[in-house]
Amino acid sequence: MSDIRTMNKRDWKKVSDRQRVVGGIGTAFTYTFLIIMAIIVIFPFYFMIISSLKTMDEYRLSVPTLFPRVFAFQNYAEVFASKDLQLAQLFFNTVFVGVVSTALSLVITVLSAFAFARLEFKGKNALFAGLLATMMIPGELFTITNYQTVNYFGWMNSYTVLIVPFLVSVFYIYLLRQNFLQIPNELYLAAKVDGCGDLKYLRKVMIPLALPTLISITILKMMGSWNSYMWPRLVANDDAHRLITNGLRTAFTNAEGVTNIPVQMAAVTVVSFPLFLVFIFLRKYIMKGVSRSGIKG
Amino acid sequence: MVDSKHQWKAWLYLSPAIVLLLIFTVWPIYNTIKMSLLEGYNTMAASNPLHPGFSFGFYNYTYVLQYDGIGNFVNCLKNTVLLCILTVPISTILALLIAVALNSIKRLQKLLQTIFFMPYVTNSIAIGMVFAAMFNMIIGGSTRPDSVGIINNVLEFFGIGYINWTNAGSEYWANIVVMVVYIVWNALPFKILILLGGLQSINKQYYEAARVDGTPRWRVLTKITVPLLSPMLAYVVITGFIGGFKEYSSIVGIFGDKLGPTGNPYSLDTMVGFIYRSLSTQEGNASAAALILFGIIFVVTMVNLYVSKKKTYY
Repeated sequence: MSDIRTMNKRDWKKVSDRQRVVGGIGTAFTYTFLIIMAIIVIFPFYFMIISSLKTMDEYRLSVPTLFPRVFAFQNYAEVFASKDLQLAQLFFNTVFVGVVSTALSLVITVLSAFAFARLEFKGKNALFAGLLATMMIPGELFTITNYQTVNYFGWMNSYTVLIVPFLVSVFYIYLLRQNFLQIPNELYLAAKVDGCGDLKYLRKVMIPLALPTLISITILKMMGSWNSYMWPRLVANDDAHRLITNGLRTAFTNAEGVTNIPVQMAAVTVVSFPLFLVFIFLRKYIMKGVSRSGIKG
Repeated sequence: MVDSKHQWKAWLYLSPAIVLLLIFTVWPIYNTIKMSLLEGYNTMAASNPLHPGFSFGFYNYTYVLQYDGIGNFVNCLKNTVLLCILTVPISTILALLIAVALNSIKRLQKLLQTIFFMPYVTNSIAIGMVFAAMFNMIIGGSTRPDSVGIINNVLEFFGIGYINWTNAGSEYWANIVVMVVYIVWNALPFKILILLGGLQSINKQYYEAARVDGTPRWRVLTKITVPLLSPMLAYVVITGFIGGFKEYSSIVGIFGDKLGPTGNPYSLDTMVGFIYRSLSTQEGNASAAALILFGIIFVVTMVNLYVSKKKTYY
């Protein structure tokens, strides 16, 4: 910084003058670039919504309209009434699986993270290292055997098969353990002296302090259930248990493989709507969770 | 301060996680490796009491790598690698430019940041269908399609003419372009978020010094920003490659579960797609494919870590 002070005033003015001009052009360029990119990023959402409100005739026009001439709300009516899609059932299945698996998963994660962060037992470090090592293995490697296992248990086409195999996430345990470790151990020992049990201590002290992490895990887990595709298609693709993404992919395509795109876009909009709500209201938690932990979606 | 009286407590708390991990993680590792090494293993034959048993060896691996029918593994491998080496650099460079630009402005920063994060909170199948519609042509009776799709409309506006991107008879390179566009779009928010976080933690003094010296922007980017950001760049590249080698649902989103344009099924299949297709009938092959996938991810990650250790500045 001492260099700056030794520059005399005139030099300093020259530098800043030149930079103002260059900076002005640079800033204009920066904004142009960002706004063009933002339009590209946002356009698919816009296209989805306007297409969902067009009639098929308008959608087929060789020169497309950038805004629907008349709002064809019947597309949405068709989506909700569709026997093919059975939207209500799909919504229920997905929300049910999401809520139950998130709740159970949180309990398991909290207990395990607590054991790893606060309790001492033989083989703790080896066990933890072993768990972390499994994170390197792609999930598809497990799926092959898990498919046989759930078949053997007789779990095919049930809610159980959608919930149980994914209850433990080593990654979430790791994340929460790191968070728990930041809470000073003295607090735990003091609580012990006062005769406070582990579970009470967990409930009263650790969980409130780690709440942001727990909320991030909850959101990501719920979104996971909303977006999961491969495993549900493999093991629970019957009408009673199908999850929303699976129902969506094949809907509104007739026997000749011709798709009614406006209706399909209406269905996509309906399915994306809860995610938009999550985005609008819980964006901060997701962004924090992602940037702190680096969860690839 | 190991308190042996309380050790059982730790194991009690860990027990649900351990039981589930033993069944759904540890056992699969052993079993999948075993199946991959048993010649032509499948559960149907295995459950037959008269079956003579499977011989041990690397037959499944050589079979998977040599079979050349429709949807063969080598083709899946090619698609996966091609998509990886195209999308990871493109999305990383774009994300870097956007993050640097976002970091340098004050007005509209929050709004633009929010917009760039939007694709993160989406369903990759659902939005894949939107992209499919944007590239899709609606074929009518005449020589020209009724509707060429919004992307082709833009191309025609610039005088380029329309291209068959995804419909029946479309060419491989066009399919790949569509996939690259979609995957990059999908990958941007995560990378921008991580890189922007990294940029905001860089000490402002470096930039002050560069400003005083009148260093051009391009040099500031390559000589200050990129080196100081190298840990985050390494991180997004590694996770990008890991994600890229597991590419699958984005292709289902665009092309449906036939994984290719009409009339050319499985032409865009990936390694994960291969595993999913064969796992319920040809477990031996699926297991071998999964272990090859693991091997590739392992090697690429190690190489990335090695390179980034040499190039990372702190």
